[in-house]
Formats: sequence, structure tokens, C-alpha cells
Amino acid sequence: MKKTPPRLAPVLESLPTKQIQLLERRLFLKHSLSLGALALLTGCDVTDADAVQKVLWAMSKWNDRVQALLFNPSKLAPTYPESAIAKPFPFNAYYGEDEVIEVDPGGYKLALSGLIRDKKPWTLTELYALPQVSQVTRHVCVEGWSAIGKWTGVPFRHFLERVGADLSAKYVGFNCLDGYYTSIDMATALHPQTQLTFQFADRTLPAKYGFPMKLRMPTKLGFKNPKHIAEIFVTNQFPGGYWEDQGYNWFSGS
Amino acid sequence: MDSIPAAPPNATIHPLVVRICHWINVVAISIMVLSGWRIYDASPLFPFRFPPDLTLGGWLAGALQWHFAAMWLLVANGLAYVLYGVFSGHYRRSFFPLTWGAILHEFANLLHGRISHRLGVYNPLQKSAYLVVILLGIALVLSGLSIWKPVQLQELAALMGGYEGARRVHFFAMAGVVGFVVVHVVMVMLVPRTLVPMFTGHAPREGGK
Repeated sequence: MKKTPPRLAPVLESLPTKQIQLLERRLFLKHSLSLGALALLTGCDVTDADAVQKVLWAMSKWNDRVQALLFNPSKLAPTYPESAIAKPFPFNAYYGEDEVIEVDPGGYKLALSGLIRDKKPWTLTELYALPQVSQVTRHVCVEGWSAIGKWTGVPFRHFLERVGADLSAKYVGFNCLDGYYTSIDMATALHPQTQLTFQFADRTLPAKYGFPMKLRMPTKLGFKNPKHIAEIFVTNQFPGGYWEDQGYNWFSGS
Repeated sequence: MDSIPAAPPNATIHPLVVRICHWINVVAISIMVLSGWRIYDASPLFPFRFPPDLTLGGWLAGALQWHFAAMWLLVANGLAYVLYGVFSGHYRRSFFPLTWGAILHEFANLLHGRISHRLGVYNPLQKSAYLVVILLGIALVLSGLSIWKPVQLQELAALMGGYEGARRVHFFAMAGVVGFVVVHVVMVMLVPRTLVPMFTGHAPREGGK
């Protein structure tokens, strides 16, 4: 039990909010079996925390499959009146709000790769010319809190069809300008409310909410919604994600 | 009350299915509550946090892994227990008849320091407590499903007052279950011979009554 924790990867240095950061940083493996677990596992070989970890990861993978089965591609997330929009809408990232990156709109280009027919990069002007829709939906954070916001952008399905993405592929992955990365299942990518978002509350997406562009999915937890997207790729190889690789459930559907 | 026959010596007090479900439930509830506290701490609903050392999982992701693994154990075991209780007649025999009058009468006894207890026969307060904790367990599962799937199960979530309502139902149902467990364990410590039948199924040989 008193094993020396492996050297934590640098990515662990940041967690969803500052508060949690203080509480939980460095505790990941060291305390992954704490008092409660010890009490529960009395009699078992508690030195083998790795075995417990393996079971938990396997269960998380199992829950990915269950959630994919539960996912109804045509079931819409509830929508709300604009009066319900949270003000101010919470900021959340794997770094603090003072570390939000500034992106130069003129130099920005969205890269496409993987199983996509037309991989030509997109400028912001070209992206803004796409047909756009708005949604007022609830953003649910993996931490538990939720907030209602208004997002405007192009339905992601429309964009994927436009660039000739292989819609039968398994995953869509995202690499972001702030170093974040994540990936989603194709069924969710094609959901009618999954949106490549350019505006929040009728204004150009502010830096803290992901300028110039984020992916908005009311059918997934907040951390699955990448901000500052630099590259979109379509693949059949499981791409994982920044938080997902550290133990957060990959599917994380709502 | 006294017209209910006490269990004859050596009669089965807790059927095997109930004993197995009980001890699996101890493990499942412990994991769910301790990991749930850690999840709560990530975004507290109320102005307090659970002491991190009392929680399970080490950090939010670890706690979520425990919670969403043990939920299968809790639900499978809970389903087996409830189906057995309903269809074997176990609930009917153990928890009924039960009237408000009997509950109030027993509560008055309790306030006067009199606790009626015979192994194998639940007094009206015990009956109502066990029924309530079963209902709390059902509320925990339904509110938990609403928090997990507020879109796919939005009709269920709406019954809970939406996503935010479901969080509160989940919290208070947890508090109820934890309160039950505390009283339950204190009662067993006060009357230790009640512990034996939960292992063996039978009353201990000595001190029969």
C-alpha cells in the first residue's frame, strides 16, 4: 500500500478548477486507495493497488459501451428560455482563467486530417460563412455543477458532410491551441445539437470560452467540449483525451 | 404486537438470500457513499465538504471510477434483494401488517426507554425504518440515473426536478441512508446478539430470548 507513487506526468499539474487543484493535486495515485478503500479491502491483498486500478479501468470501458447503447441519436437535450442563461457563465479549463490563450483571428486556420476527403484548411471567414443555428442548453460539468448558456454555430454534422468526412468511422478527434485534446464517438458527432460554435450569448466566442471556435455538445459532459480547436481528425484508432487518459470516463455522455 | 409469534429457537431468522444480499450491500453502499462524498466535494451543494481522508478514490476521476463501477454491484444486488423480498413473501411476512398507530405507539415506547426486540420479529419502528431505507435506495438509484443521463433519461430527470433537482434528491437520499446505517449499527452494538443471525441465519444458542 505504501508504494512510492510513480512520477506524475506534467499534464496532471492542472485540474478542472483551482479549488480542486489544491485539494487533489498529487493525491492521484498516492491516495487512490485511501482510508475507505483500506477498510473495504481488509483481507484482500491491498498491496496490489494496480489490480484494483485495472478493474476500475475495465469497468470504465464497459460503461463506455453501455453509454453508447443508451445514446439515442435523435433524442434532443432539453432547451431553455434565454432568461435562464447563467450570468456570468462559469469558466473552466485545465488551467486558470489568467492563463487563457489569445488567438490571432487573422492567422487562424482550422486543420483537417484523417479520414476526410477535403483536407483544405479553413480560415475564420470561411467558417463564419457556414449556415448557423443557436441553442440554449445546459452545460453539465463532470464536477457536478451545471449552467445554461447560449451557443451559436454550424451543426457539426453539416460541416463533416461538407468536408467529406468518413461518417462510418468510429471517432472524431480534436487538437486544441491550448494543448488540450479530446475525442468523441461518431454518433455524438452527428447528433443534431452537436455544434461547431463561434458565438456565446450572441457575441463572438470570448477567449475564455474558446475563441475562435469550440465544439458544443449538450449530450456530453463539459470537459468533452473542446475549446480553441486547431485540428479536427476522423479516425478508427481510439484517440483518447487529456482528462480521459488520466482516468475520466471517455464517453461521458449526458 | 404480542400476538405476533416470536421465532422458535433455531428457526431461520434471516434467509440465506437476505444474508448474502446484506453483506454485498455493505460493500456496495460503502463504496458508493465514500466515493460519492469525494464527488460531492468537487462541487459542493452546501457550504461544507466531506473530509478527504474519509473519502474513496483519491481524486475526482478515481472517485467517479469507483462510483460508476460499484453502481452495477449496488443495482444488481438491490434488484435481487427486492425481487426476492417481493416474490418470496419475505417483505409481506417481515414488514406487514404495519399501521401508523403501531409506529407511533412504538415510538412512544422508545421515548420512554423501552425498546421491544425479539430476534426474528421486527417492531413497528424497525419495519418502517427498513421500508423507508428500501425506498431511499430506490430514490438514490433513480436520482443517480437522472444525474448520469439527464438527456437520455430526461423524462425521469424531470420527475426529480431536472438535473439540479436530481442532485439534491441524490444528496438527501444519501443522507437518509447514512442516517439509517448509523442507527442500524448503534442498535446492533446495543444488542450484539442480533449480529450473529446475519451470519448464520439462526439465533445464537445461549440467551435465546
